Amino acid sequence: MPDLSVKIGSLEMKTPVMVASGTFGYGPEYAGLVDLNKLGAMVVKGIALHPTKGNATPRTVEVPSGLINAIGLPNPGVEGFVDRYMPFLRGYDVPVIVNIWGTSVEDYVEVARRLDGVDGVHALEVNVSCPNIKEGSGVFGTDLDGFRRVVDGVRRATQLPMIPKLAPNVADIKVFARAAEEAGADGISLINSYPALSVDVAKRRPRLANVTGGLTGPAIHSIAVKLVWEAAAAVSIPVVGIGGITNSEEALEFLVVGASAVAVGTASFTHPNTALDVTDGIAAYLEAHGFSSVGELVGSMERL
Amino acid sequence: MQYESVKVIHQDEVHGGYRLLWLNAPGIAPHVEPGQFVHIRVPHMEASVLRRPFSVYKADGSVLQILYKGVGKGTRTMTYLRPGDTLSLIGPLGTGFPALSPGNAPVLVAGGYGMAALYLLARSMPVQGIAFFGGQTAPDILCVDEFEALGWEVRIATEDGSLGEQGLVTDVIDAWWTERKDDASPVEVYACGPNAMLHAVARRAMDRDWRTWVSVDRNMGCGVGACLTCVLRVRDESGGWEWKRSCTEGPVFECREICWDLEK
Repeated sequence: MPDLSVKIGSLEMKTPVMVASGTFGYGPEYAGLVDLNKLGAMVVKGIALHPTKGNATPRTVEVPSGLINAIGLPNPGVEGFVDRYMPFLRGYDVPVIVNIWGTSVEDYVEVARRLDGVDGVHALEVNVSCPNIKEGSGVFGTDLDGFRRVVDGVRRATQLPMIPKLAPNVADIKVFARAAEEAGADGISLINSYPALSVDVAKRRPRLANVTGGLTGPAIHSIAVKLVWEAAAAVSIPVVGIGGITNSEEALEFLVVGASAVAVGTASFTHPNTALDVTDGIAAYLEAHGFSSVGELVGSMERL
Repeated sequence: MQYESVKVIHQDEVHGGYRLLWLNAPGIAPHVEPGQFVHIRVPHMEASVLRRPFSVYKADGSVLQILYKGVGKGTRTMTYLRPGDTLSLIGPLGTGFPALSPGNAPVLVAGGYGMAALYLLARSMPVQGIAFFGGQTAPDILCVDEFEALGWEVRIATEDGSLGEQGLVTDVIDAWWTERKDDASPVEVYACGPNAMLHAVARRAMDRDWRTWVSVDRNMGCGVGACLTCVLRVRDESGGWEWKRSCTEGPVFECREICWDLEK
């Protein structure tokens, strides 16, 4: 059996396959269908300093090979999250990565500070790139100065492994990847959803209450692979590849271009067990191709 | 809640474009409570990332029956399902209808496929009552014989008058209410259908002091409470509102919980 374990800073995962933030709730939602203990990590839905309600409905629309969402990061606030969900999550043998967001640098720092030392929280994913928040989050993902300030601030506020999640809609992903590494990130994850718009032409209205949203699913997979390839070449910290994975082959693409781990997102809605099927498929591939560990595969792509 | 690969037994056309799909779902069918739903991954729709939610019409032993109409991409594709095809099913999902309070007279109100969604409830009731069915035209009225066979009185309204009274289902309800005004026994209403119909029933329920359960139909994503697509505004304890998930806390709500002014 090949070695599937992965390390991101001090975060140790049994497998390289996580479930992506926003697509798996806080854990209890899927616990009746999926064995959470078999996940590489559980990345919970974005947490802010205070509770928020999120956007009006409609919040999602299905488009060819994808989903556009503008949920707007409803969340119970950091204290609410710790009280309501951490006791449940501590009952599982799975690393918990808390996705954090804010509308100011101070908010991010305070959320990070409050999660530091919370029993059962293993790492922070810093959401600088959600496209559905009017102020703050989205701006930090595409403005290099804002991005640096958030990542710097969170770094100072926590001992936990820190993984900034990068926005795909930037001129040069390498610049943001390097900025994260320079600020002391333990890893980076990418991509977040891609800004998108769908219109009902019969009504000449947008299909989402928020007008625009973030596109996820198979439609963005090859875009994500290209960006992960560029980002992984630019940094020496581990990269988590995210975007449109529905099967192990698509996950393996991320590993081959340089990701150390992957996260399954929208596909969990289609088939809740996708992350576990992907894990089995990666193990079978490693075995079939004579790799003794997943690490040997990372960044192994050769030129034609 | 189970996640299983199920086999199509067969499907046939009912009328008015409605079809009845029979599935062999031994892990799910025995556990379906009235008002719950199942989430279908429609085969041959690789470009669609979402499952499609359906009310359960009948659940007998390991067999599920789903009544649907081919109106969208998913349901039109489902019309091609053949005996022996397999599909992935998650269910039963959601919080269904609560039991009738002792002493209350049950009243059912349905529009469109809502008639099918109320059948299991009608079958499980300790006493029979009256059912009001509404639709645009005669072919939209479903399952009348089945409800009558269970001992329910069925009253029908169609907008074109092709079956039952001409008008809206609420017109027929209003006529019945006037007719029974000397009968002081409390009624408990269970409704499933289009949002405008549910709202019209809810207005009457609040005026006339009916305890009323409505099954709402919202765009749905994951079906298990994770994605927060299917939320609607319900009253909270502080006099404001909060989002509740129709897939998890719902799809059934007491009509007074819903902020109808915000959920038109």
